[in-house]
Order: sequence, then structure tokens, then C-alpha cells
Amino acid sequence: MSIDKRPLGEPALPASADPAQAVPKATRRDFLKAGGMLSLSSLMGTAALMAQTDDAKATIEWAEHFQKNYRLMSDEEKNEARIRLERRHSAEYGRKVTVDISGAQPGVLMGYALNVRKCIGCRRCVKACVEENNQSRGSRPGERIEWIQVLRMERGEFSEERMNHGYPEGLGIQVGGNAYTPVGQVLEGQFHYTPEAVPEKDATYMPIACMQCEKPPCVKVCPVRTTYREADGPVVIDYNWCIGCRMCMGACPYWARRMNVTKPVLPKDEMNPVTHYLGNRPRMRGVVEKCHWCLQRTRQGRYPACVEVCPVGARKFGNLLDPDSEVSLILARKNVFRLKAELNTFPKFFYFYD
Amino acid sequence: MRLISFAIDYVRYILKGSTKYYAWMGFLSVLIAGMMYVFYLQNTEGLIVTGMTSQIHDGLYFANLVFLVGVAAGAVTIVFPAYVYHHDGMHKVTVLGEMLAISAVIMVNLFVLAHMGRPDRLWHMIPFIGIYNFPHSMLGWDVLVLVGYLVLNFICGFYYLYIKYVGGEVNKRFFMPLVFISIVWALSIHTVTAFLIATMPARPMWFHSMMPIRFIATAFAAGPCLIILAFLIIRKNTKMWVEDSAIRLLATIITWCLGIALFLTMSEIVVEFYARTEHANGLYYLMFGLHGLTGLVPWFWTSLTLMVVAFVMFLIPAVRNNNRLLPVPCVMAFSGIWIEKGMGLIVPGFIPSPIGEVTEYYPTFVEWLMTIGIWAAGFFILTILFKGAIGILQGEVRYAGKPATVAE
Repeated sequence: MSIDKRPLGEPALPASADPAQAVPKATRRDFLKAGGMLSLSSLMGTAALMAQTDDAKATIEWAEHFQKNYRLMSDEEKNEARIRLERRHSAEYGRKVTVDISGAQPGVLMGYALNVRKCIGCRRCVKACVEENNQSRGSRPGERIEWIQVLRMERGEFSEERMNHGYPEGLGIQVGGNAYTPVGQVLEGQFHYTPEAVPEKDATYMPIACMQCEKPPCVKVCPVRTTYREADGPVVIDYNWCIGCRMCMGACPYWARRMNVTKPVLPKDEMNPVTHYLGNRPRMRGVVEKCHWCLQRTRQGRYPACVEVCPVGARKFGNLLDPDSEVSLILARKNVFRLKAELNTFPKFFYFYD
Repeated sequence: MRLISFAIDYVRYILKGSTKYYAWMGFLSVLIAGMMYVFYLQNTEGLIVTGMTSQIHDGLYFANLVFLVGVAAGAVTIVFPAYVYHHDGMHKVTVLGEMLAISAVIMVNLFVLAHMGRPDRLWHMIPFIGIYNFPHSMLGWDVLVLVGYLVLNFICGFYYLYIKYVGGEVNKRFFMPLVFISIVWALSIHTVTAFLIATMPARPMWFHSMMPIRFIATAFAAGPCLIILAFLIIRKNTKMWVEDSAIRLLATIITWCLGIALFLTMSEIVVEFYARTEHANGLYYLMFGLHGLTGLVPWFWTSLTLMVVAFVMFLIPAVRNNNRLLPVPCVMAFSGIWIEKGMGLIVPGFIPSPIGEVTEYYPTFVEWLMTIGIWAAGFFILTILFKGAIGILQGEVRYAGKPATVAE
């Protein structure tokens, strides 16, 4: 299919306050302001569409607004949705954007394993993820979205000089000791660290992202079933169906989900045009997003970006149903653990050490 | 035909009023206009104009939502004594409780709209047109019970008013079952709202089974506080007389429920802080601050002080039975519970985050404007509903001049 290069008007949603995104021409927002700020229609996101239905872009958005939940679409409808998105994004980002709609392959269950001993905390995975997956990268709080967090954890120590400190202090009889410092994966982890070099002597690192749970609490709480588990494992979101209620964010024990509090800041020249419908296609204002194990890559037989970029080979990815895959071998031979296993979420993201 | 004339007479009556009435409604309208403007902002700029982030993603709106569900449920403190214990004073004003419930549920729905990232996609939740994740989603249950409660109160309240208007007798075989369903339903709305946040093991601050009963206890304290204030205002400004016995009973209910609420707060503090696990970090942040961040500490202690002092005042008969002093503890308890169940409960659920980050949340001006605007919209609706109801109960609005029967 030939991509229509004709500019299709202004971005669907008002430009953000980021100067890089500012549009000098009269924007749709100005149009709305002129048309009466408080009119009922302007309160609805559809107002702009109804005002200009003859516009090709508006027609696309109108159709997009009333499309079904992706999982319930027929193959034909999925293809129409794909073409709509490809046209809209190609025009918006000034390059040929492809939107993959390939589904799960039979006999594949994706799994992930991470060697916590090897991780040096360099956060190349975080950066690669942002670039691969078209996350928002603005400067205002909330405009910067990262799906991977690398937690820096203290090594902790027991000190001789504090040996005689007791708990509680001053009673003369020690009920417990105070000769410790916090250590390990505690509820006060830290991912804002700015070392001169990694790895640091006193720290270990624990990268986390979406665990792609087999029993995902986020999926259960979603009132509109916009987030669900795909047949090959990853938990995905239909960004067009999400109502932005954020129940899933509250339910996730791994803080894997992020909210687009404004239109994502995605410079045209940094946009990754190879996208998947359930994966890294540009998101819109007001919806939730998260790691999907790079569906646009993994469904095509490639590794996720974080696996590819890891300089120490700490990250492993593969098919859990294939006994010879790296992940299956790790599960069979290494000491593995899951994060917060007591919550019965059954992650397909495993930690191990050798 | 009579229904049409009911509607016309009702609208006519609420459009007429004193200068004071118009001034009050005009004032509320200005606030509502402000709310509409920030709603427009939120749906063009996005939620970035609020203080909410990916970490603390439920804030002032969600807090008010939870609190107002309690106010709506609190209306049952009028309906229950009226129909189960045949309390005479209450029976005369039951319909006012139903009107309060209607406006509180409408406010809840407005806060839902304010909270959502994409209110334009709300239709995705409508069964058959969209997808309604029932029975898995607790939010689905919440929508069901809230909408059901709104409909029940609307039918009960307006059926009663219509009968008073035309001067007939209430059909008890139709009316009484609905009343009893609505009494149980009132409990369900707040129980489900508690389940909404208490069913998330990811948030240890909320993850305990005490939540529903605590919600109901605080609701049955805060709701009647507002009702007493409304009754005293009605007595002063309209021809309607609310009997002292009704106010006395409400004050007694508040005393009991406030006491239970304080007891439950104490239980939580003891259980969490005796062991002082990491799961108590949220509560610790609320009460004392964590890592030097103490944003909610003054909120908590203000709330606790207000509730304790109000409780002591309610315990003293000379205060409880004195209509001039009564508004003081009512306002104190109402604001104390508003803090405790709102900002004091919702926000520390996110601090620290499940992976341990401690940041703070400050509502922005946009959020305050929206919140005040929605409350104004609620009072706007409440004023109209009260005015209409009082007009009919007093016999000022009646079908074709037929003498209206006074409330039974």
C-alpha cells in the first residue's frame, strides 16, 4: 500500500508546552478557543473531529475513535486500523511508519531471565528501551517516561562500634541490635543515582520492568479489558481503548506502568518508525503504557532492545516452551527467583545468579 | 398528564426565589464555570496540569470521590430510622436524605470524570456498546452500585414527591421494597468503594480487611454531620420545620460512629507500628514523614485533632443537645473525616511506591479549582432538589390547586 505523504493537518492533540513542539500556525486548540471555550462539545475530545469531518485526518481520527477493542476486531478490521495508524503517523512524523499487527505464534511463550550478579547498573537498557519504544522524553515532570528502572541497593554492613547499641535505646537490656544498615531489596529502593562510574563499590543493582505476570493483577482490575495477556505471554495494552482510569497502575506491585499525563514528547527525528499495534506505536495523551517485551521485534524473531544492548550479557530472552532456549536452560540449571513471589502474580521475568 | 404538570410545576417552583437564592446560585455558577474551564484544560493539555504523576496517580479527585461515596451512603441514617424504627421526626424528612444522596452520587460521578485520563472514551465501559469487565473489575462493581444507588434514590425520592404533589397515597407494595433495597444498597456502595482500594496487595497501606467497616463508620459520621447542618439551615431559611427529635437521633448516630472510627484508627496504628514492617511505611509517612518528606503530617494531625475534639464535644450532652453549638462539632468532624478518608488515605498509599520511591504530591491550583467547582455543582443540585422537595412537602406546589396532604 502506498503511504499518502500529504500533510494531514495538525497533530490530533494540542501541542505540548515544549518549545520544540510548538506550532506557529493556528492550531486546532485556538480554533476551539475561538469557538467557545465552554461549549459542551469542546469538553469532549471529539469536538475537533466533528468540526472538520471533511478533513482526511479528521476522518481517520473519527474512525479511530469509534473502533473496537483490538482483541475483538476481525482480521479485516485490524488491517483497517493498521492502515489508519500508518497514514496518521507517517504524516505526523514525516517518515514511513509501519504498524505491525502480527499475532502470537503457536508454541511460543516468551520468558525473560536476568543475571543480578552481572548487572553493573549502567542503564544502557533504560536508554535503549526509551529509544526503541518511542517513550515520551520531555523535560517537564511527567513528560519523561522510562519503563525500566534500575534500583541501586546498598550492600549494608554490621559495624563493630555499634555493637553495643540496642533497641530500644537506654533501657540497659538489648532486645534487638542496632549494628546494621539497610541492605538488599527493601521497600526503599533507589533508582535516582548519579555515580561517576559504574559499578560502584558499595552497591548492587536490580533492574525491574513489567514482569509479564501469568496472573497479572493489572488485567483483573481493568474495567474495560483494554489490557490483557497475549497468547505468547506479554501483557499488552490497546492504547486506543484505554480510558485512563489508572486502576492498573495501582494494582501493579512492580510499578511497571506509566501514565501519559500529556501528549508524549517524541521528536520527529528520534521516532522509531518500526512499530507494533500492541507495542511501541506512538501513544496518545491520557493513556497508560508499559513494557511489552518489544513485540515489534520479538514477534519477528529478534531480541528485545534491552537484551541486545546489555554490555555484560545479564539479560536473557527466549521461548519458555522450547527446552533448548537460553531461558529454559537457565530455569533448569540456575538458582532463579521471582520478585515478590508471595503475591502469586507468577511473573515470566526471572532473576538468577551464577 | 399529571406527570407533565408535575414536571412543569416543579421547574417553575425552583426557578422562583428570593434574592438570596439567586445570589447563592449565581455564586455557585461562577465556581462551576471555573470547573468547566479546568476540565477543558485537563482534556487538552492533559493531566500534566494536575499534581498527579505516574507514581502518585490518584490525588485530590480520587480522595473526594471516596469521601463523597460516604456522604451518599450516609443518607441511609435518615432512611433507616424512618422506615425500620418508624421514627416520626425522621419520616417527615426522609425525602431530603434521598435528595442528598442523589446530589452526592452526582458529585462522585463528576469526580470520576475529572479523574479519568480519557473521559471521551467513557462509552468503552457501557455494556454491549463497549466492554464491561464484570465481575472481575472492582471498578465495574463500583460503577454498578453507584448507578444503582442513584436510580434507586431518584425513584424513591421523586415517586414520594409526586404522590405528595397529586395528593394520593403511597403504593406501599411498590414503594417499601424499593426503600429496603436502597437501605442495603447504601451499605454496598461504600463497601465496594473500600474494596476498590483494599484489594490491591501492591499497596500495603490499603491492603487490610478493616477498610470497609472503617469506611462505613466514617461515612455514618460525616454524612449525618452534613445533614444536621442542612437541617439547621432549612429550619432557619424556609417554612419547613425539622423536628428536634430527628436532629437528636442524628447526633447520637454521629457520636457512636465517630467513636468507632477513632477506635479503628487506633487499632491500625497499633497493629502497624508494633511490628513496624516495611509495609507500615505509608502510615509512617502520613504520621511522621519519611526521609525528611513531611507533606501530609500536618494534614493527619489536623484531622485527628478535629475528630477527637468533635468526639468529645458530641459526648457532652450539653453540646449535643444544643442546636446553637451543634454545628461546631459537625463542621469539625466533617472536615476531619474529609482529610482522613481523602488525602490522608489515598495519597500515602502511593508513598513509598511499590519499588520504594518516596516523593510527594501537592495538588495544583487546577485541582483545587476543579474540586471546589464540583462541590459547587453538588450544592447547586442539592439546593434545587431541597427547594423542590420542601415546596412539595409544604404543599406550596400541588396538583391543580388540590389541597396537598402534609407528609404522612
